[in-house]
Amino acid sequence: MALSPFQQSNMSVGQRLWQINWSFVLLLGVTASVGFGMLYSAANGSFDPWASRQMIRFSAGILIMLVVAVIDIHVWLRYAYAFYVVSLALLVVVEFGGSVGMGAQRWIDLGVFTIQPSELMKISIILLLARYFYASRLEDVGRISHVFVPLILLAIPAILVLRQPDLGTTILLVATGVVMLFLAGVRIWVFVAGALATVGAVIPLWKFVLLDYQKQRLLTFIDPEKDPLGAGYHILQSKIALGSGGMFGKGFLEGSQSHLSFLPEKQTDFIFTMLAEEFGLVGGMALIGLYLLLLIYAFAISLRCRSQFGRLIGMGVSTSFFLNIFVNIAMVMGVVPVVGMPLPLISYGGTAMLSLMFSFGLLLCVYVHRDIQIGPGAADGN
Amino acid sequence: MHRDGDRYKTFSRRSIILFGGKIFLLSGLAGRMYYLQVVEGEKYKTLADENRISLKLLAPKRGRILDRFGRPMAVNQQNYRVLLIPENTNDIDFSMAQLGKIIPIDKHDVQRAKREIKRRRRFLPIILRENMAWNDVARIEVNAAEMPGITIDVGESRYYPNGIEAASVLGYVSGVSEKDLTGDPLLELPGFRIGKAGMEKVHDLALRGKSGTSQVEVNAFGRVIRELERREGLPGAEAWLAIDMELQKFVTKRLGGEAAAAVVMDVHTGEVLTLASTPSFDPNAFNRGLSQAEWKALASNPRAPLNNKAIAGQYAPGSTFKMVVALAALEKGVITPKSQFFCTGELELGDSTFHCWKKTGHGTMDMVSAITQSCDVYFYEIAKRTGIDRISAMARRLGLGQILDIELAGERKGLMPTRAWKKKVKRVSWQQGETLLAGIGQGFILTTPLQLAVMTSRLVNGGKAVVPHLTRQILPFDAADPTAPDVPEFETIGIHPPHLDLMKKAMAAVSNSPYGTAYRSRIKEPGFQLGGKTGTVQVRRISKAEREVGVKKNKDLEWRERDHALFVGYAPIKSPRYAVSVVVEHGGGGSSTAAPIAKDIMLEVQRRDPSRGQAKAKAADDQNSLKTEKVKKG
Repeated sequence: MALSPFQQSNMSVGQRLWQINWSFVLLLGVTASVGFGMLYSAANGSFDPWASRQMIRFSAGILIMLVVAVIDIHVWLRYAYAFYVVSLALLVVVEFGGSVGMGAQRWIDLGVFTIQPSELMKISIILLLARYFYASRLEDVGRISHVFVPLILLAIPAILVLRQPDLGTTILLVATGVVMLFLAGVRIWVFVAGALATVGAVIPLWKFVLLDYQKQRLLTFIDPEKDPLGAGYHILQSKIALGSGGMFGKGFLEGSQSHLSFLPEKQTDFIFTMLAEEFGLVGGMALIGLYLLLLIYAFAISLRCRSQFGRLIGMGVSTSFFLNIFVNIAMVMGVVPVVGMPLPLISYGGTAMLSLMFSFGLLLCVYVHRDIQIGPGAADGN
Repeated sequence: MHRDGDRYKTFSRRSIILFGGKIFLLSGLAGRMYYLQVVEGEKYKTLADENRISLKLLAPKRGRILDRFGRPMAVNQQNYRVLLIPENTNDIDFSMAQLGKIIPIDKHDVQRAKREIKRRRRFLPIILRENMAWNDVARIEVNAAEMPGITIDVGESRYYPNGIEAASVLGYVSGVSEKDLTGDPLLELPGFRIGKAGMEKVHDLALRGKSGTSQVEVNAFGRVIRELERREGLPGAEAWLAIDMELQKFVTKRLGGEAAAAVVMDVHTGEVLTLASTPSFDPNAFNRGLSQAEWKALASNPRAPLNNKAIAGQYAPGSTFKMVVALAALEKGVITPKSQFFCTGELELGDSTFHCWKKTGHGTMDMVSAITQSCDVYFYEIAKRTGIDRISAMARRLGLGQILDIELAGERKGLMPTRAWKKKVKRVSWQQGETLLAGIGQGFILTTPLQLAVMTSRLVNGGKAVVPHLTRQILPFDAADPTAPDVPEFETIGIHPPHLDLMKKAMAAVSNSPYGTAYRSRIKEPGFQLGGKTGTVQVRRISKAEREVGVKKNKDLEWRERDHALFVGYAPIKSPRYAVSVVVEHGGGGSSTAAPIAKDIMLEVQRRDPSRGQAKAKAADDQNSLKTEKVKKG
């Protein structure tokens, strides 16, 4: 089989753009449009203040995504560690100088815009682990000593994010990292041992690390009806809103729970509830269907890729994306605790949107460079 | 590629497992969603509706109270209120100050309003003033632009067009207190009023009506977004009373500022045309809410405006009781109508002397002349022969000494003493001297003005046990005009008719014989003449020493020590239709004070008589002619 020009890494920008999986981009646009519609509804039938801004952000996100996609994959490989170090540094800055929003330190205010280092870290972890394992042989990965370094590199940001405190992102970081270790070929017994260790760690964690409001959320999650006007109110109202949507929903702009303010934070964390209230099971399933299509694309892109680096990035991005979706939807349906996680592509929010589009940019970058083989030492500039 | 083989195999195998896991988890979410939305969907729909729909009660219109001709006695009036909606103004103080330039608002109201503002949600209106006069309303409306947050709202409140004159019958409505709560959610509506006294209380449930409901959509903060459904309530029924409002007004005015009571009733039907008690109070003030000072003034007034003297005032009947004694004596047979006694001005019994009101004595007296001239010695004599138990029994048959169930709360029983009663209550034996005092309606005996009117009715209606009542009919608000209620059949009280005729004759003589104690207060109009009996009740003891020096005249005494003035009467004397009783506390003499009042009342009631029953037709005619006039003008 002769090498096509695309198997070379010296493609022009135009060639790379041509290589982009445009149907995937279109699918992203469709999904984001569902979000615009819901934000329009959340503002009682107005583009202001959310839907219009979200459109601008999405457009900016598309640009970022395309830029990231056409950058040579070797660049990402080369700067993966640097990216991690910068993200980690920002996390440390947040720890000591970040402003406090929603009861948690999460933001760095740069004057013009704010950045959320934990969002950057989600991408960094994927790049870091893909970089670490891109050239490892299976035998290497099978050794426990080989896994030690990435575990520590994963644990440091996880602890920092947990201290912010942001339980949702912590879980997301750790879960994404663990999945990538799994895909890289780490032995199964390591995960079993890890799971047992986690269970053993939960007890001191509960006692010394978790803050009261986090414990409270976990407790009311177990029995939200116990405190229907207090801590359990949000979950209960969310379930009422969702359940009352029925099969076909109450109609666009007609969600009584959402529009009469019974549903909290309907434009951010609870936007799926609003969708399910207004469009019912059919609407909710349609959105999950769109997500599933995106996940299938990501899955296919990963499997199709010829480099381990690309494959790991592809599955890392899709896993992070999936976890975001799952935790958010499960949360609003009262299946998991309310940890404060937006619904990707739909919820109102700038940083989350931009970092998500950044990660999709990496996914597309993997697709563009699907036939490029990256051998050991590639990270060091051939 | 081949170097990559194992790694790729592991990666793809694990990816597929992972992807399978993702699909599994997403299916779990889908299943959960199906469960919430389809399986439990109905439950959550109900919960969502409970969240969003708030049921508000609509207070029904309170039924009117009308007099016998349909003249309104209690109506609902538009109540203009000034409201402040805090969220509509940036500066509450400024808005209130602006309002203060137009209508006076006192400091307490401002403070109360501010407290409420802090407590309640900012979109809920706060009442600043109620019952606004129309010209104030107009001035506020005109200046509305300068007072952000201030609005006018129209509610309904109870209004008594002739409140002061009819307070003793109507009672009043007032706010619901803790102990009035019965579980009826209507009672918990802010500003809801219930009957607290009088007919308002008696017919409260009927007048109240059925509440309507308004389903409104509210948001999570309780703000009303829109009305979804409105079901109007049913207005309360209307109470048609036996009262003749014009007569009631006339009587109240005639009693003037005295502490007095008067009852006018139909001797055959028992319908009470007037039940007056003065001084009165304004029931509208109770609805509005009394100030501390107003309440104090009412409660401490020695003439007791809050006491309904017509049913709760207990007075010794004095000489108005003499017909009872006479009938008891005739029935026992201790005397005949012809029996005569000689009045020397006093009667000795043991070592006590019982005086006649006429010091010089009346000379020879028979029954008719003794009643006509109210000779006390004659009645000492026959009371002594009849005995207290028989006198009391006769009094009871005539309606005294018992509750007559005149609907209104607070009715008192009075007192008809017997030997057994005294033994039981006072723990001493009955003294014959006390029987003598009872003979002239004094001593232990107590009666109410209502009882005296009933006694008079039974004396002149052929001895029927007529029972007084105030309510003619309770009719639904949209009912046609009421038909005159059937005249109830009353049992006879079993008094020998010639004896009753004798009483009527004697009472006619009181007013129409030149010797009669009420001759000066006779009605001269032919056919309108009244018969009656005066009564003067001594309030203080007159000592022997004082009697020798000369008894002080009433006008020289303190008000509190003056005699009570009483009169009972009926008219016309030919075929009696109306009975009246008048009691003026510390009014002086029965013939000088009570009889003239009774005369005016009886004249008025008979003057109004021919129009009775036709008044409505006439009013309707007036209306029609007004309409035709308008048509002509148009």
